[in-house]
Amino acid sequence: MRDSSQGEEARRWPLIAGGVAAVAALATVIFLTREPSLPPNAGSPARVRLMTGTQFANSIHYMFGPSIDVGSAFAPLQRVDGLLALNASQVSVTMGQMQDFQRAAVSIASQVMSDGNLDRGVPSHRDALVPCKPAVATQPDDECAATFVRQAGRLLFRRPLSDQKVAELVGNAHEAAASLNDFYGGLQVVLESMLINPQFLLIEDTTEPDPERPGQRRLDGYALASRLSFLLWNSVPDEQLLDAAEKGELYTKSGRKREVERMLASPRLESGVRAFFDDMFGFDHFDSLTKDPQQYPTITGATLQDAREQTLRTVVEHLLHKNADYRDLFTTRSTFISRALGPVYHVGAAPGWTPYELPADSGRAGILTHVSFLTLHAHPARSSATLRGKALREVFLCQKVPPPPPDVDFSAVEDPDSSLKTAREKLEVHRSNPSCAGCHKITDPIGLTLEGFDGAGQFRTTENGATIDTSGDLDGQPFKDAVGLGEALRNSPALPTCLVKQVYSYATGGPVNNRDPMLKVFERDFAESGYRVVDLLREIALSEAFSRIVPGPAVPSKALDPAAPTEEIEIELLTALH
Amino acid sequence: MKRPITRRRVLRGMLDGAAVSVALPLLDCFLNGNGTALADGKPLPVRFGTWSWGCGMSKSIFVPKKLGADYDLPEEIVSFKPVRQHINLLTNFNGFRDAAPNLCHYTGWVIQRAGSPPMTNLDRPGQTIDVTVARRISAGTRYQSLSVTATSDERDTLSYENATTVNTAIASPLALYEKLFGAGFQDPNAPDFKPDPMTMVRKSALSGVLEDAKKMQASVGAADKQRLDQYFSSLRDLERQFELQVTRPEPREACVVPTKKSVEQAITGIDAEHVAARHKIMTDLLVMAVACDQTRVFNMLYSKPFSGTTKNGYDKPHHTATHEEPIDERLGYQPNASWFTRRAMENWAYFVEAFSKVKEGDGTLLDNMLIYGTTDQSFAKIHSIDGLPMLTAGRAGGRMKTGLHIDGKGSASTRMGYTALKVMGVDVPSWGTQSNSTSQEIGEILA
Repeated sequence: MRDSSQGEEARRWPLIAGGVAAVAALATVIFLTREPSLPPNAGSPARVRLMTGTQFANSIHYMFGPSIDVGSAFAPLQRVDGLLALNASQVSVTMGQMQDFQRAAVSIASQVMSDGNLDRGVPSHRDALVPCKPAVATQPDDECAATFVRQAGRLLFRRPLSDQKVAELVGNAHEAAASLNDFYGGLQVVLESMLINPQFLLIEDTTEPDPERPGQRRLDGYALASRLSFLLWNSVPDEQLLDAAEKGELYTKSGRKREVERMLASPRLESGVRAFFDDMFGFDHFDSLTKDPQQYPTITGATLQDAREQTLRTVVEHLLHKNADYRDLFTTRSTFISRALGPVYHVGAAPGWTPYELPADSGRAGILTHVSFLTLHAHPARSSATLRGKALREVFLCQKVPPPPPDVDFSAVEDPDSSLKTAREKLEVHRSNPSCAGCHKITDPIGLTLEGFDGAGQFRTTENGATIDTSGDLDGQPFKDAVGLGEALRNSPALPTCLVKQVYSYATGGPVNNRDPMLKVFERDFAESGYRVVDLLREIALSEAFSRIVPGPAVPSKALDPAAPTEEIEIELLTALH
Repeated sequence: MKRPITRRRVLRGMLDGAAVSVALPLLDCFLNGNGTALADGKPLPVRFGTWSWGCGMSKSIFVPKKLGADYDLPEEIVSFKPVRQHINLLTNFNGFRDAAPNLCHYTGWVIQRAGSPPMTNLDRPGQTIDVTVARRISAGTRYQSLSVTATSDERDTLSYENATTVNTAIASPLALYEKLFGAGFQDPNAPDFKPDPMTMVRKSALSGVLEDAKKMQASVGAADKQRLDQYFSSLRDLERQFELQVTRPEPREACVVPTKKSVEQAITGIDAEHVAARHKIMTDLLVMAVACDQTRVFNMLYSKPFSGTTKNGYDKPHHTATHEEPIDERLGYQPNASWFTRRAMENWAYFVEAFSKVKEGDGTLLDNMLIYGTTDQSFAKIHSIDGLPMLTAGRAGGRMKTGLHIDGKGSASTRMGYTALKVMGVDVPSWGTQSNSTSQEIGEILA
């Protein structure tokens, strides 16, 4: 088994380590001086989460190397409170899904046990991944099998295997190897079974009595290690973290701090941060996004794929490598460019990815003006002020925009005899209709500003020959263009509040109520740190609330939208502003 | 209306909290002198499929004037012509939302497939009709059911196991091919049968996994217990699959294993031409999935309720067109919205025809199937769920009449679901809740 936190890969990421280390001292002070008293109801319910497809792939790649093809066995999740990850504690595994898991397990285990193909230049995986050799390859070897299952099992199940379990798996390997006349075939079958075992695929919050709170419970050390690891790395814990759990160090201040700092400094942090923002930004929709080739001939599948990557690269560079203010993501001109994105940004680009500064006269600044946001929230053949306005509110501010009334007549949007040319003129119809106005007042003043970009994210100043008016306002903050909108969003108090809520719910695996007492604590810490996301992750990971277990809601299946009432209040307040 | 035949009640179970009886099929349900039998005299299985399209219809050019047989084909359904004799067109059925809100493009199909209107967009449908039927008829096949979408987005599915578990769709022809005819496929007509030695040892190794699932079930909270129970059941099903794989499959006369060549080229794009290309290939694969007895239940989604299908050169996707396009005063309908519906109906006709072309027993594959087609609205522009159109195809082994246009006269659309359940041997006293509850079959289409 390999450890990608060491060796070559670690050397490839000196910037992350350096950046993180630079803020470590400050964080240490915050951790050690923070008031110890936590609200009594701080904590989260014990949950059972189904591993996501990315977590599965990351875990397999971490354990067996990136050359293992993991396939795509996982069903897509549905968003709960803005995050796919929160659905993972609600979904069940159907028979069809189990068959897909089993097929993936067979494929992965056969690759791991493959002896390569010299003719095709495929190296033998088994030599590198099985830490011992059987005495005779055509016969069972219990000792070698035990070594493998003990080592692989500890990482896969994220806790040591009992002797009884090891004996059972070795027995299975023995029986299969004898039947197949193949030691590695036997081990393959056992690895397959481990890959569909609920102890691997389900991330269970196992608990123990909390010595600090008599009668209450907290995550046990291994469950805490998993929660830390899936939050920060979006993958299984490494040996070192499991060692710390085994020794009880995750419940000592110095032990937990040491491990969290190590995890924040690891190159695996990038996977964790990418996974969170890919989820929060709704980038899974890129998997099925297409644009009308007649309307936008320069937009190809590669353009859209790179649009997603451009924003994620910008996020990683800004938040991890530069350790910059989260809010400045919405104003920064620094990004990256690829050849496929060149035509949209009107710039020639070399192959691969190169740093790129958005020109001051480009009309662009911040990730709202990236092709990713602009294409994702638009129609295949045209832009949509309403979709963009709605997305900005829901994704970045955690506000909910209600759906349109069922009997609304949209025909005025396309009146063939009309002289209406721009989206602003057309949407005016909605804003003058009382049943539409409430929501359109929430979405349009920001969405219309982004009309300076067409449905493919290309900058424009006119629509149907008419000059586009890009002025607008966000909750009373006026601006004249998309750059101004980015600044207004950057300064919106709801922006960091929303991020805190999303990170904390993501960290604990389920929806967080807006009244959760920890939100205020983390919001304050986040502000004090200058809105550094690494610091926010640290605060959450080191907080007692992160490992405390509190009773769950009475009817979890109806807990799909616990925050809905408060969201409605938010919308009412917003409407009142207009 | 024909009274249900007497059934031997042998199994009792729970269906969504309501006690139901599940009856074993009697031979005379499925063998009616039309040759629906295998050569060795065993009855051919009757299969169930669903088909769906988004955003309803243009009533004035969709609903035939004539009722019963030889119904006229207004321009939106003119494509039915070669297969009209196989299709029942059911119009003027209603979805009742009772106290629930009218959730756009959602309430209508949920009523038709699960019997109850959802209260919110987050309220999942619960067990959909395909799952209910699959639990009745799918034992012994490789896949309990298969959901397929032509939209290329695997999230586009109308199949739910329960309120928290969705059956994801297979979204590419290649993925469908691999699932059906890739690793693990056993050709029922292969001259030799050699069970894979790996399968036997896999089955043996599975018992420890089952034990671990049971142990975990004991340690989690009440809601998660259910999820663990489902996990455990799925493992049990996998165990049965392993048993099936080491058993020689029965020969299937109609099974012709397709070549991989037809699926190797990826078809991207959501314009109607690309959707149709995917729909065609995936239909052909589904036909052989059924003929080769890989599944007896399937769902094909041509376009989703919020249909995103585009028309090259037209700036609005289907769903947007239904709302934003004005009604042409001269024509009396929305020309572009209707263009999308016509493409949908062409694809439905292809779907039906594909099953009708495969000979099975003395008839065709379609003769031994019931396909149930739904949409989400009647008039999408105003999100109406009154006057919903529905489709069926196939004679369900002789239990159904076909080629009829039926006027529902405003009665509950759930009557078709109830009829389908009866035909497929799921003996429930009623189906649906409140105003959508019905125990009245659509007798005109029962043989």
